[in-house]
Amino acid sequence: MPTITIAEADVELNDDGFFEVPEQWTEEMVPALALTEGIQELTEDHWTVIRFMRKEYFEKGTGPTVRVLGKTSGVTVKELYKLFPKGPGKVAARMAGIPKPRGCI
Amino acid sequence: MPHNIVILGGGTGGTLTANRLRKHYKSAEATITVVDRDREHVYQPGLLFVPFGLTRAEDLIRPRERQLRKGIEFFENDVDHVDIEGKKVFLQDGPTLPYDVLIVATGARIVPEETEGLTDDGWNETMFTFYDAPGATALAKAYEDFDGGRIVVNVVDMPIKCPVAPLEFCFLTDWYFHERGIRDKVEITYVTPLDAAFTKPRAAKALAGLLEEKGVELVTEFNTGEVDGPGGRLVSFDEREVSFDLAVVIPVHSGAEFVAKSAGLGDSLDFVDTDKSTLQSKAAPEVFAIGDAANLPASKAGSVSHFEGEVLVENVVRFLAGEQLDATFDGHANCFIETGFDKALLIDFNYEQEPVEGHYPTKVGLPLLKESRLNHLGKLMFQWFYWHSLLPGRDIPGIKPDMPVGGKHLD
Ligand SMILES: Cc1cc2nc3c(=O)[nH]c(=O)nc-3n(C[C@H](O)[C@H](O)[C@H](O)COP(=O)(O)OP(=O)(O)OC[C@H]3O[C@@H](n4cnc5c(N)ncnc54)[C@H](O)[C@@H]3O)c2cc1C
Repeated sequence: MPTITIAEADVELNDDGFFEVPEQWTEEMVPALALTEGIQELTEDHWTVIRFMRKEYFEKGTGPTVRVLGKTSGVTVKELYKLFPKGPGKVAARMAGIPKPRGCI
Repeated sequence: MPHNIVILGGGTGGTLTANRLRKHYKSAEATITVVDRDREHVYQPGLLFVPFGLTRAEDLIRPRERQLRKGIEFFENDVDHVDIEGKKVFLQDGPTLPYDVLIVATGARIVPEETEGLTDDGWNETMFTFYDAPGATALAKAYEDFDGGRIVVNVVDMPIKCPVAPLEFCFLTDWYFHERGIRDKVEITYVTPLDAAFTKPRAAKALAGLLEEKGVELVTEFNTGEVDGPGGRLVSFDEREVSFDLAVVIPVHSGAEFVAKSAGLGDSLDFVDTDKSTLQSKAAPEVFAIGDAANLPASKAGSVSHFEGEVLVENVVRFLAGEQLDATFDGHANCFIETGFDKALLIDFNYEQEPVEGHYPTKVGLPLLKESRLNHLGKLMFQWFYWHSLLPGRDIPGIKPDMPVGGKHLD
């Protein structure tokens, strides 16, 4: 698996850019990760979502889907797409340093 | 004192569990009570065939109570909420039911209102669903009158019941307009939020191949934000559009409303937080869940409820005897996929093993992940099996709940 350096730390990512080891993530990495997703300016709402994703991941073993995020994070689905135009589920998960949300079967 | 077992929901999972428990316990050993909000048991897999005039909704319905063995008490009532700590079920309009063991089998419900525009102007005129009996019936009429144009079949978001049903719907639409001699006047597009035709890679590949063969366009990673009936378009959250003359939409699903009102029982979509191996809820040891109501990482399918039934009953018996639960459910699912022209494909899989080619249940069984007439007959025979074997809680000789590997081509 590829190892890259983000904010002076080595992290392992899978081929789709998701963290293999969520513990390697730090808040300092987020501005750099945001740029790779085409997000120039990080707002408080971005942080709310990112922190919420991590909390859910560590509690439940998988990140939330967009629908669940819209119901529980305090940010509506429409706003989520404004914050993460390329798709909140995957982009926010990559920025939060967690694996791709398992979604559903 | 007999054990007091209460089952919420008298659909597939609730009925088969009640019947299996009734077979296990003599009446002096346990009282078994089933609660459902209505008296009509719908054979839901049959809804797929209604829009094509292959069956009528009335023919899929049987009285709920008659599917329950003697010695099972039935209440027609809406569950209001469960007091998990007090071990009591509160009905909207009826007695309060105390329990020693509670089994939640209230399924999944479609929530079309959650998608902007879907239930506004055009609902059941140009926008339909076949996921309930009235919807499937309205769609049958619209298909009969349809004489050309663009049909989109759209899954709004997962999870949904029977995740292969929308694909089957596409295949049958292709067949139906062929039969009517106007296939060249009908465009069919399948629009899914997934990044492929299906959730599992090998089946996704086979199914995408079939879509292509049948001239069904595939649009992936489309997260529907709005369905605009009068304008005839699906609009995604990232502002892509797909236009239609007729839309067949599979709305988002949630668990039963009362789950949200029962502290600690459900997750954010009101599915019961459930241990995926034992089927015990995470809310309390005496609460279990089966079928679509449970938030397991398994398909929401009748076949899954069937395989869960055996494990669930074993664990309820162990729990009431004060023994450790160790019966383990492996996520086994087994689904026929109707592909039109009297053929179908079969997939068999579990939590760990994705659907692969081969035969089921053994090397001489039904072909897997491959179209055949035999599988089509299997799909049609499932209805008989459902009423006469699955609901009564009979075991099928030679078929265990664990997924068989004998006939599969594993790498
Ligand atoms: C179109 C379609 C096609 C399908 N095709 C297939 C297929 O080919 N193969 C397959 O295996 N599966 C198929 N399924 C899925 C299958 O029907 C379900 O997975 C199965 O019925 C689930 O059983 P269940 O007991 O969990 O829920 P259900 O059978 O839906 O039962 C839930 C019950 O709970 C009751 N209820 C809900 N809330 C309350 C309340 N508050 N108070 C009282 N009662 C309540 C409801 O009235 C209902 O009777 C299909 C489903 C659909 C919609």
